[in-house]
Amino acid sequence: MSTLSERETRDAVPHRVGLWHAGVVVSTKTESPTGRSIVLDVPGWGGNIAGQHADLRLTAADGYQAVRSYSIASVSDGDRVELAVDRLPTGEVSPYLVDELRPGDQLELRGPLGGWFVWTPSLPGAVQLIGGGSGIVPLMAMIRSRTASGSDAPFRLLYSVRSPDDAFFRSELDTPTPGLDVTWLYTRVTPEGWGRSPGRITVDDLAESAFPASLSPAVFVCGPTGFVETVARALVALGHDPHKVKTERFGGA
Amino acid sequence: MSEHVDGNSLAGPLSELFAVDLTTASARCLGCGDVSELARAMVYPDPAGHVVRCSQCDDVLMVVVQEPDSVCIELRGMTWLKVPR
Ligand SMILES: Cc1cc2nc3c(=O)[nH]c(=O)nc-3n(C[C@H](O)[C@H](O)[C@H](O)COP(=O)(O)OP(=O)(O)OC[C@H]3O[C@@H](n4cnc5c(N)ncnc54)[C@H](O)[C@@H]3O)c2cc1C
Ligand SMILES: [Zn+2]
Repeated sequence: MSTLSERETRDAVPHRVGLWHAGVVVSTKTESPTGRSIVLDVPGWGGNIAGQHADLRLTAADGYQAVRSYSIASVSDGDRVELAVDRLPTGEVSPYLVDELRPGDQLELRGPLGGWFVWTPSLPGAVQLIGGGSGIVPLMAMIRSRTASGSDAPFRLLYSVRSPDDAFFRSELDTPTPGLDVTWLYTRVTPEGWGRSPGRITVDDLAESAFPASLSPAVFVCGPTGFVETVARALVALGHDPHKVKTERFGGA
Repeated sequence: MSEHVDGNSLAGPLSELFAVDLTTASARCLGCGDVSELARAMVYPDPAGHVVRCSQCDDVLMVVVQEPDSVCIELRGMTWLKVPR
């Protein structure tokens, strides 16, 4: 058997990132009045870990291209990728993804991307997840990774949404999972008889429902930029070590 | 895209140029001496590229400019960048 030359070896193992892969929409599912999840088949993708994202590239008939980042809700070692997108009314790309994309449509994806805002079952210790709106997406991947691996790491999720209808992955999150504790926060409309009046997340919410700083949990905060920065400041005020708090900003006010 | 995002969003654009994920690399800010992973930096997207600022002092760490035939990375605001092996 002959050995591969250095050149052949390099060509035989293409970089998985950096290049654009053609993806085909397999299915879509309505998650909320403004959001939906999209499952894609991306030959050559090769899997991703929890917390990573993909860059999506759309090309219009006239050749104009737009690129946006979307977190991956799924965890796998194969070519299936699940995204979940919230529609911004004035947005260029998200209304198309939420309202118009159909099974069979093609998109280009680059990734999996990002090795920092990630959780793997080998990481020890308690994990505090804090998501606002579509910021649940990479956190959902972490929860799914925990379940799929049989990890018994204690997990807590604080999920802030406008109203009960606006939650992504509602039925999955409402299914009791040992070791996973979910706290819902509503900013505009609450279910009937809900103890907390509607409002944005506060230091008190974190003090009441999140793992305390004394436990040194790994904390992942994701959502609109304003949400992430409010939460990150509150966590530091509550004594969390800034090095244990990882953040991912989706943009917006 | 008026509001900023963070260094996580650089993973894609930088993957065009580098085989390793630079968002986990630590940069030392020339302005204030802070050492943080690139993922923690503030990123101001712009049609021409990305302006990357220190999360502690807001000084410009790096600018990534998309040109028709090349990508120009200005590393004006960091003393060094340490890439984990
Ligand atoms: C790493 C990363 C991961 C992301 N993952 C997801 C994801 O999983 N799901 C998802 O739905 N989005 C995600 N986003 C946001 C996404 O990339 C787009 O910014 C978003 O879909 C808006 O694109 P657009 O073209 O529709 O709007 P644009 O035309 O780009 O912007 C329209 C207007 O909306 C504002 N805006 C932009 N983002 C937001 C926001 N998040 N909240 C409120 N206002 C905003 C802008 O300032 C602008 O004024 C992620 C962003 C990053 C950086
Ligand atoms: Zn600085």
